[in-house]
Amino acid sequence: MTTPVITVTHAAMGYEGRTVLRDVSLTVAAGEVVAVLGANGSGKSTLIRAVLGLVPLSSGSVALFDRPGRRFRQWHRIGYVPQRLGASGGVPATVREVVAAGRLARRGILRPPGRADRMAVATALAAVGLADRTSDPVSTLSGGQQQRVLIARALAGEPDLLILDEPTAGVDAASQEAFAGALKEFVAGGGTVLLVAHELGPLRPLISRAVVVHAGGIVHDGPVPEPAGHHADPDHDHVHPHGPNEPAGLWSA
Amino acid sequence: MELFQYPYMQRALIGALIIGLAAPALGIYLVQRRLALIGDGLGHVALTGVGAGLLFNRSPVLAAVIAASLGAIMIELVRARGRTSGDLALALLFYGGIAGGVMLVGLSDSTSASLHAYLFGSLSTISPADLTTIVVLGVAILVTMLALYPALFAIGHDEEYARVSGLPVRALNLLLAVATAVTVTIAMRAVGVLLISALMVVPVAAAQQVTRGFRSTMTAAMALGLFAAGSGVYVAANADTAPGASVVLMAIASFAVIALGGVGWRTLRRRRVAAPGTPAVEPHEVVLSQS
Repeated sequence: MTTPVITVTHAAMGYEGRTVLRDVSLTVAAGEVVAVLGANGSGKSTLIRAVLGLVPLSSGSVALFDRPGRRFRQWHRIGYVPQRLGASGGVPATVREVVAAGRLARRGILRPPGRADRMAVATALAAVGLADRTSDPVSTLSGGQQQRVLIARALAGEPDLLILDEPTAGVDAASQEAFAGALKEFVAGGGTVLLVAHELGPLRPLISRAVVVHAGGIVHDGPVPEPAGHHADPDHDHVHPHGPNEPAGLWSA
Repeated sequence: MELFQYPYMQRALIGALIIGLAAPALGIYLVQRRLALIGDGLGHVALTGVGAGLLFNRSPVLAAVIAASLGAIMIELVRARGRTSGDLALALLFYGGIAGGVMLVGLSDSTSASLHAYLFGSLSTISPADLTTIVVLGVAILVTMLALYPALFAIGHDEEYARVSGLPVRALNLLLAVATAVTVTIAMRAVGVLLISALMVVPVAAAQQVTRGFRSTMTAAMALGLFAAGSGVYVAANADTAPGASVVLMAIASFAVIALGGVGWRTLRRRRVAAPGTPAVEPHEVVLSQS
């Protein structure tokens, strides 16, 4: 439990003069399951995007598996699950084809897929309960099932570290359970997890540590905080009104 | 059929078949990225190269390859930096390209017939040297697009994920841009600058009316491209029509037939099987993008 898998040191980051992260330091050790919690716009998604090298830091540093981010090359050790499948492309793709992309980091771009690759894809699809949908176009799946496809894609690469951005946001209960099961199996196999969440739901028992991000800084690092106020109400279904800055329509000013 | 005993017709047919196979193999990645019209724009840029080649008495095809590649690299750099001003930058490049081409061709001694040949294609005037260029470049494009299929698919599907997979995303995007420019230039001889995009896009659009996956779409699109090229040249030879236009019209006809057939087949199937309820669409719960 001593090897650091992720080390973020005094990281700061901003878009066009607006500070998103300021002086954030975070260490995740092997075998930990760390949840990054926080309100919308707190900077929690930016934090994990910075860990992945998808956004540049304005100061500070990130190290993955004890290697500085810029010199990190062992991408097959990381499985990334984005928040949502981007706008679907102009050409259909089957579930299997999308999940097979998860093997590229391990296989390299020129080697054709072999038996081990096909096995890993099948295992990952079974782990998220989609073994019967492999030949269906991804666009015909529900939002929750699409999210499970993305998790299968990350698992197919047999990573040591899973990084997930809001994996359960807007996902139906069945998919959340399937997802929690797959994650549990991954952790039991010695995997490390860093996930951003808005609410933990069925993932809660898996979390070993919670980091709360508020206004670009870490305000809590320790056990999962108890829900407070109306959030603690068992009937609270956690629906948030949309932010005031959201444009109401195409032609609104 | 006796027309195909003439070497120039044989060259036309071979050139058309190679392009019919290579153009959709590349075009599918453009359609996937929703860049279906990029080939059209690069064709405009290639025209400036043709004009420069004619003016300075150099090979117009080679000059077009260079001009279109430079244009493709510029477009890719604009696209990678941010998409907001992208379409205006593209418009400037495209109209600059066609205006420059028309002006340079006018300055050279060539007749308007040669401009016409590049605008609408001129399969029957392909020289043996032209054919060699088409075959070598066409096969190179085909092999590259098939060999890089997993990587190019992954980038087109989810560029950020591809970056986190450690793929050389920028290099592969530039490669695709240059490959597009090269395909445009060799296809220019067959169907002309104004119809280039059709061969890259229409077979893909036709195939995906009935396919469910990327690989099957690619295979079907290449088969359709081959069919359109072969049947188009055959029609052109027998009915004495413009080969480029005939090839494109055959591709569009196959699109129409497949689209109608697909609708009919789905209707039939729906009647036979009482449609099971599709899963309800889930509402968005949180802000979906924060980038």
